[in-house]
Amino acid sequence: MHGTIQELQKVQMRTDVPRFGPGDTIRVHVRVREGDKERVQVFEGVVLGRKGGGVHETVTVRKVSYGVGVERVFPVHSPMLQAIEVVTHGRVRRAKLTYLRGRKGKAARITEKRAPLLQAVATPEPADQPSDAETDQPVE
Amino acid sequence: MAIAILGKKVGMTQVFDEDGNRVPVTLIQAGPCPVLQVKTAEGKDGYDAVVLGFEPVKEKSLTKPVIGRFKKWEAAPTRYIREVRITPDEAAMYPPPGEALQVGIFQPGEKVDVTGHSRGRGFQGVMKRHGMHGFPDSHGTHEYFRHPGSIGNRTWPGRVIKGKRLPGHHGDERNTTLNLRVVAVMPERNLVMVRGAVPGAPGSLVTLRKAVKVPARKAAR
Repeated sequence: MHGTIQELQKVQMRTDVPRFGPGDTIRVHVRVREGDKERVQVFEGVVLGRKGGGVHETVTVRKVSYGVGVERVFPVHSPMLQAIEVVTHGRVRRAKLTYLRGRKGKAARITEKRAPLLQAVATPEPADQPSDAETDQPVE
Repeated sequence: MAIAILGKKVGMTQVFDEDGNRVPVTLIQAGPCPVLQVKTAEGKDGYDAVVLGFEPVKEKSLTKPVIGRFKKWEAAPTRYIREVRITPDEAAMYPPPGEALQVGIFQPGEKVDVTGHSRGRGFQGVMKRHGMHGFPDSHGTHEYFRHPGSIGNRTWPGRVIKGKRLPGHHGDERNTTLNLRVVAVMPERNLVMVRGAVPGAPGSLVTLRKAVKVPARKAAR
């Protein structure tokens, strides 16, 4: 890719995206505009996968709402996202968890990673911002 | 033909607009384009045009006849020399010879037409070349998936109508995309962002001009 494009993309990219991947449970805070009012909606679910690179990157999040599976695709660097929070890290062995779509209940569980939670949440609690390198690592 | 500037397609990316929508954009490095010559209908050229240059280049990479032209213009050599046909009164929109045309002539929100040279795709069938639909994969289709179907009638007219869309060479031709919205202009870097795709490969020469065919209804807005 052309250097100029990469440079221009960098300006658009968020620096507050925590480290997360497929299998993790995340909470996405979305700005919702209704008429002239704006409020924040939280969508919590399992990350099925990430797609694309740079400013194009998107993340697919799945949750089961009132017995109905709901999937939303968010542009990771969208200004409409107020924050992305990592709830748990899951232990999975593939990059795209499409197999979860056919499962429900017990079968759709994901083992949590034993290692201490890589608490790389950018917001909304600025108090416990860990300063280790992982937090501000841009997504590959 | 309104005001036009030469540029180079850099590539595509996306940007977020103020509502958070993703907008696909093509980045074009446009100008500066020195005005090399103004041709007039009254003069010996017999028609009105502006000669623009683009992309400075070392003299050694040009041939002697071309260097001779730049000598006559008393201008620094450029890789590209292109003419833009104008109407006599449009000459005032361009800077005088010796000065350069900049991307600043475009404003975000404006519509532009972008002309480029499309990528050559070689000899292609009718589906890729003309967007025909081909034939079903099942229901008895036998060795006839990507064909054009019938190309004519019977003893009358007894020939294939001229202009019938058939397989052949695709791409590698001059194309213009009309009415693309200017998303951003960066005069300090000679860059302009245009919504959507533009003909040609990254690095190829493109011409941007103010849109000449904006629908009246949209122009009013």
